[in-house]
Amino acid sequence: MEEESNESRREMTMPESGDFGLLKTQILMSLPSIRRMSLARREALAGYAFVIPWIIGFLIFTIGPMLASLYFSFTKYNIVDPPQWVGLANYAKAFSGIWDAIRTGDPRQFRDPLFWKALQVTIYYASIALPLNLAFSFFLAVLLNQKVRGINIWRTIYFLPSIIAGVAVTILWVRILNPRVGVLNPFLKDVLGVQSPPGWLSDPEWAIPALVIMGLWSVGGSMIIYLAGLQGVPTDLYDAAKVDGANAWQRFWNVTFPMMTPVLFYNLVLGMIATFQYFTQVYVATSNSLGGLGSPQHSTLFYNVYLYQNAFRYFDMGYASTLAWILFLIVLILTALIFRSSEAWVYYEGQLRGRG
Amino acid sequence: MSKISNFVLGLFRSVSGHELFIKGITTLILASGSILILIPFLYMISTSLKDPAQIRSDSASLFPRKPKMAEVNGNPEPLYAVTVDGQSHEFALVRKMPEGLGQFVDPARPDVIHELKINDQQQLYRWDIHWENYGEAIRAMPFWRYLGNTLIVTFVGMAGMLFSCSLVAYGFSRFRARWLNLLFLLLLSTIMLPSQVRLIPVYILFQRLGWVDTLLPLIVPQFFANAYDVFLLRQFFMTIPLELDDAAKIDGANPLQILLYIILPQARPALVSVGIFHFLYAWNDFYEPLIFLHSRENWTLAVGLQTFDALYTVNTHLIMAVSVLMIIPPILLFFFSQKIFTQGVVFTGIKG
Repeated sequence: MEEESNESRREMTMPESGDFGLLKTQILMSLPSIRRMSLARREALAGYAFVIPWIIGFLIFTIGPMLASLYFSFTKYNIVDPPQWVGLANYAKAFSGIWDAIRTGDPRQFRDPLFWKALQVTIYYASIALPLNLAFSFFLAVLLNQKVRGINIWRTIYFLPSIIAGVAVTILWVRILNPRVGVLNPFLKDVLGVQSPPGWLSDPEWAIPALVIMGLWSVGGSMIIYLAGLQGVPTDLYDAAKVDGANAWQRFWNVTFPMMTPVLFYNLVLGMIATFQYFTQVYVATSNSLGGLGSPQHSTLFYNVYLYQNAFRYFDMGYASTLAWILFLIVLILTALIFRSSEAWVYYEGQLRGRG
Repeated sequence: MSKISNFVLGLFRSVSGHELFIKGITTLILASGSILILIPFLYMISTSLKDPAQIRSDSASLFPRKPKMAEVNGNPEPLYAVTVDGQSHEFALVRKMPEGLGQFVDPARPDVIHELKINDQQQLYRWDIHWENYGEAIRAMPFWRYLGNTLIVTFVGMAGMLFSCSLVAYGFSRFRARWLNLLFLLLLSTIMLPSQVRLIPVYILFQRLGWVDTLLPLIVPQFFANAYDVFLLRQFFMTIPLELDDAAKIDGANPLQILLYIILPQARPALVSVGIFHFLYAWNDFYEPLIFLHSRENWTLAVGLQTFDALYTVNTHLIMAVSVLMIIPPILLFFFSQKIFTQGVVFTGIKG
């Protein structure tokens, strides 16, 4: 046993010469030496060989299908018959009527009002849920970063909902929010004294707020990322701020918050993309209801739900592909905008900035 | 007792009053928040143990319970805790009267009737736990079949993911080649790619292969690596000292042997953590199984539970029983691997 560890220690010290060897190869690589090239070439070939599974997967499951769906977006295609080229007809279906609708303020002027409804629902949800989620999970992370007794138990409890997100949780919340047999409304009525509590998922006005509440319950996923970020803030920054006479509040705004903006940025981008893919909760909550998927009155017709309907209910693969590409472009543009804006508000360590 | 006072004294000695105040507030907020987190869980578990009659009549209760009854003149009547002349009694409600009044009697002396407001009295309950709901729920759906499908998708997919992602992450972390950096950027960019933009042709491809309505579309793509897990493993592989590789090279090991005997054994924690994340993702996934699996016998638990919810809407107790069964494995996994978990999340972020 002892000898073995000695052996490995000797091996550990050797590499210095190996490192030098690598350095030499690097220097020689820049010279046009054919003999050394072959060594570098062999390394390169081995590298490519190891990433081949991903390259194949990328071609078959990503770039190929992306191009195919771009092609389908210009066709009429129901899977059974071969795709039929229709030019920009699908895009025209989505966008035409927009000027009349704006001019008259009447959504019926759209040729596909549901497309606009789906966009509106998604953006409405995002505009409530994203800020609330970001603020709420950040606040929780700050609390869970305090040195209080039993902190690990608190962290476990807050993280728990996010590991079981999905069908079971949505079914549970549909029951809790049910205006007739749920537990929430009796609580609102008897304990908080709310005269007529809302119908939640059965009321078009309240369906989105209900989904926002469900989302807030499982906020632990993004909370844990903030927590990791908070633990990475170097303590000497706080010490320096203390020496300068900053109080707790000033330390938070001038040290913690700027240091956390990259995490905020990350959660914002991923949260935005996730909103455009929002599906399971709506499907579980509404597909069995009277009004069907996206009910009541299309108030939960999220973009991805509408796409699913076109693709796998109506088998209108051409239009669904168009919707998918519009989704892709929207996400691309929004991501680019957030990236652009990030220069103004995201602080990266080691970066010099004008503001003190 | 002395332990508690020592603790309190220790707190005062170690921290200033201001800090103590902040800690107190923090604990208070955390405690009340965690009640909000835990009540839905409690509701799920208790509903799964309730009698269906209770769900209809007493749905808001957080406990599986039944009214306590007493026999009065041969009829079972509900018992209430009643205060008469400053003394509390267990009286039975024998008749409801207008204006919320009721006739209460002592079951031992049914002839003396007390007229009291029903809402002022506390109805008495006893525990009424129905474990048999679980057996009934499992029999009401092809539970074992769904579980089997879910386990196959989860674990075969996990094996494929670990195999392919280890190879690819090794390729991206240990070799220098002209295009590798560019390829890695391409890989990273796919993390942000909404899957819908490739979903339809992938569906058509699997349909042409005759794989739709089999588990293959959920398993096979896992053998071609994915950006999240490759990124995570690569980050970890980069922390393993190159000296170990070089020593093995001098001993004549080829790149594959270095991966197998040097890198993978060192990267155990990272492999375990991506494995756990994959488990949670595959176990909870609903979107892809819904699209690819059509016939009942091929469903996973997520799809099976959703359909069960549609078919048995009125049997809330059975639906909650299956829901509890479905969340047990992730929760157990979470508790057993908590440390790896919280460390793993630090660099994976969100998956799925």
